[in-house]
Amino acid sequence: MSNLLSLTTFIPLIGAAILAIFLRGDDAAAQRNAKWVALATTVAAFLVSLFILSDFDPADTGFQMVEQADWLLGMQYKMGVDGISILFVMLTTFLMPLVIASCWTVEKRVKEYMIAFLVLETLMLGVFMALDLILFYLFFEAGLIPMFLIIGIWGGANRIYASFKFFLYTFLGSVLMLVAMVSMFQYAGTSDIPTLMTTAFPSDTFSILGLPIVGGAQTLLWIAFFASFAVKMPMWPVHTWLPDAHVQAPTAGSVVLAAILLKMGGYGFLRFSLPMFPVGSDVLAPMVLWLSAIAIVYTSLVALVQQDMKKLIAYSSVAHMGYVTMGIFAANQQGIDGAIFQMISHGFISGALFLCVGVIYDRMHTRDIDAYGGLVNRMPAYALIFMFFTMANVGLPGTSGFVGEFLTLMGVFQVNTWVALVATSGVILSASYGLWLYRRVVMGDLIKESLKSITDMTGRERWIFAPLVVMTLLLGVYPSLVTDIIGPSVTALVDQYETATVAFDAANDVALSEVN
Amino acid sequence: MGSYISIALPEIVLALYAIGALLGAVYTRKDGAAGLLVWLTSAVFVLLAFWIGLDDGPGLIAFDGMFVADGFARLAKVMILLSAASVLIMSKSYMEKRNLLRFEYPVLLALAVVGMMVMVSASDLMTLYMGLELQSLSLYVVASLRRDSVKSTEAGLKYFVLGALSSGLLLYGASLTYGFTGTTLFSGIIVAVQTDVSLGLLFGLVFLISGFAFKVSAAPFHMWTPDVYEGSPTPVTAFLATAPKVAAMALFARVMFDAFGGVTDDWQQIVAFLSVVSIFLGGIAGIGQRDIKRLMAYSSISHMGFALMGLAAGTAFGVQAMLIYMAIYVTMNIGTFAFILGMERDGRPVTQIDSLRMYASHYPMRALAMLVLMFSLAGVPPLVGFFGKFYVLRAAVDAGLGWLAVAGVIASVISAYYYLRIVYLMYFGEETEALDAPTQPILSGFLIASAAIMVVGVVNLFGFEPWAASAAAALVN
Repeated sequence: MSNLLSLTTFIPLIGAAILAIFLRGDDAAAQRNAKWVALATTVAAFLVSLFILSDFDPADTGFQMVEQADWLLGMQYKMGVDGISILFVMLTTFLMPLVIASCWTVEKRVKEYMIAFLVLETLMLGVFMALDLILFYLFFEAGLIPMFLIIGIWGGANRIYASFKFFLYTFLGSVLMLVAMVSMFQYAGTSDIPTLMTTAFPSDTFSILGLPIVGGAQTLLWIAFFASFAVKMPMWPVHTWLPDAHVQAPTAGSVVLAAILLKMGGYGFLRFSLPMFPVGSDVLAPMVLWLSAIAIVYTSLVALVQQDMKKLIAYSSVAHMGYVTMGIFAANQQGIDGAIFQMISHGFISGALFLCVGVIYDRMHTRDIDAYGGLVNRMPAYALIFMFFTMANVGLPGTSGFVGEFLTLMGVFQVNTWVALVATSGVILSASYGLWLYRRVVMGDLIKESLKSITDMTGRERWIFAPLVVMTLLLGVYPSLVTDIIGPSVTALVDQYETATVAFDAANDVALSEVN
Repeated sequence: MGSYISIALPEIVLALYAIGALLGAVYTRKDGAAGLLVWLTSAVFVLLAFWIGLDDGPGLIAFDGMFVADGFARLAKVMILLSAASVLIMSKSYMEKRNLLRFEYPVLLALAVVGMMVMVSASDLMTLYMGLELQSLSLYVVASLRRDSVKSTEAGLKYFVLGALSSGLLLYGASLTYGFTGTTLFSGIIVAVQTDVSLGLLFGLVFLISGFAFKVSAAPFHMWTPDVYEGSPTPVTAFLATAPKVAAMALFARVMFDAFGGVTDDWQQIVAFLSVVSIFLGGIAGIGQRDIKRLMAYSSISHMGFALMGLAAGTAFGVQAMLIYMAIYVTMNIGTFAFILGMERDGRPVTQIDSLRMYASHYPMRALAMLVLMFSLAGVPPLVGFFGKFYVLRAAVDAGLGWLAVAGVIASVISAYYYLRIVYLMYFGEETEALDAPTQPILSGFLIASAAIMVVGVVNLFGFEPWAASAAAALVN
């Protein structure tokens, strides 16, 4: 079928429309119906997306299953997937049914809640499939609206501050990207992403107010895109919105945020920054590498002292995203393979960790670490699952967390040994905060009176974790599942990047020797 | 002479209608005919809009070059007429409830619309001034329509005094222009001002632009806007925010391109300055507002800044972007004011933003429509408001005004704050006493239609793009 991608993208939107139009009332039956409709819709989207995966040919490094139609101003509605984007599509469709299932106990404005998540799924899928600059921006930015509402309406006590911070922070980053997109559109005369990937944007050094801009226009465009993606990732030091947003968001919102929305930043670097502005990336890669190394160490240290479980995991997410940016801007096969792997794996692991917090939050209504202790006595199954994902988060070999960290470290080692050294210390730090959290929450004697009657996980909760456990283990012991699909596309990307940067370096050397 | 009249026939018909309605209403029982007149006037507006809109002939010039009816004027007139008709229909029940529905109201609006139509068709400084003053004088009166209210009277007086000042500036600019070029015809001015501008003429140009900036409420000539918006009866505010803005912006573009099209560089930087100051001022000053009408005033200042960004580009594409921006802006504002007109508590109008707390839990449909409009005003995709911004940014970048584009988008993030604040109050504020249930299906209809346009328009902007392109091509050649 030729419109498989659009079908997958818009199935959730159709589900949302059905809920909005046909579902009336707010009684128990209506709430149950809303949840079932949402679950059925997300499962349907997942099943359809399996066809995309089966039709996908990893050997072909171009865009596949492309659909296009004319839009405004010479722009197009154009969708397609390649080796880099397809796994993000699969990650999204795979996680959304679990997200919906995890909010089964929500009772506040259920219909709207489900609609918000379904709309959000459509927008996220659109981001990963869009092959038109402005179409990408449309999906990328529109995701802010449902997420703003999810945090704002269903969030915790300080949700208003968190939702505004989330929205304005990300919006500010994105509008700079918009201006950059407009100027790319103007320069190339098209907003078609595949064409732009082969367009050589000018990289002649010029100066603004006496300040020489090495890499010229490419560097400026790169910075504008970086403003958006670095906030979205989020990278240190523009990560401060994330802990607030995570802490205040409802569990399902945190899962989506950590597992999928953060990946848009990394995907953006791979889709835009590296192939379109290789010179800009080359010029500023050392800065990104060091920012990533700082992020890994600094946010891990911050995570160590957190009192709030969600905040701790949020900081751990920032640290893990540090590996991703590091791998991407190492710009070699291992680094980028590892970055994509780390993003997919982090999608499962961080999602699962937020769900773990959600399980006990639903019972005790607190995320304070001190309020817990000795849960293993009453919740053995929970203790096991939490242990598994803590280990995966630490990067224990045999889980997917290890592969991503190892590959990115290996990639960056070839480029910058010092950064690799600093970043490796993050592995130890992540073990410390992860295991310490686990000890304080799960181990020890159950002495707190309030915890005496806590119950273990229900069947529904176990079923939500089952697929996540399977995927984490599977990718941990058989990483080729991912690397086989992304490999050829990444190789093509790395080749293209190297050709461009080598040419630039040669030209630069000539220019320098002329000066000398 | 006969053909001249046929070119200006829509204006003549509307003027005759207004005079006839005035006489008719005077000779019937005092305000009894007012309700009927509202409907009749709206119908005339809509009919004229179709009449003008369906005409796609070449541009025609009448009265020895003083009046032009080209594609640009036609599009602007359609926008003016349709938005005036919408506001007039929306205002009927509000005015009736408050005992404000006098028969002068539709008649004055009709006269203001005649003025606006003359403005956008003007191709001579005299015609320009006639149209502008006819419009302004009618609006001064309707702004103070609620004559037993201090605020409304104050609004009318302020509007009049400052409006007169701006007209003075404009006239002074016009006389300087006449003095240095020897003609009042735009077609004559553009011939005289081909290459460089003498110092005196530059003064004239600056005075003219100041006058226009006042009419479109661009900073730093915006001071009247919040007070007049707040003091005027809400339907009048809705009117002020829509049709006159289109007319003034179209007139601005007309003079810049038809009369000073040869010296784009000389006015480009002035317009760019007005644009960036308006966007920032509208964004920052709006943050502290607690009255939704004042907020909309600052919002309109910021939006005018964006529209001016299109004009500052000084290209045909820039004019196209400006027209698209204005059409989207007017549609959003009609929807928003339909919402504001329906805000009542115990039958009395409420304009405090705080009164919207938890609006969504009482009236989910209306809250959702308002949410769409707010995000659209903030320029968040995929809503149509984003495309307005996208077009003007594109125009600015094409024209080498990258700094203006960057400044504009940064300011748009600032102004996003106050739109978000309305959404936050409606959806997750604390509970207060609820507003009255909406009773007027017409207002809800306009609100929801406007929101629906903002969502559905993402497909192809309802085919408005080529229309705006041909209109812009008619102006810039």
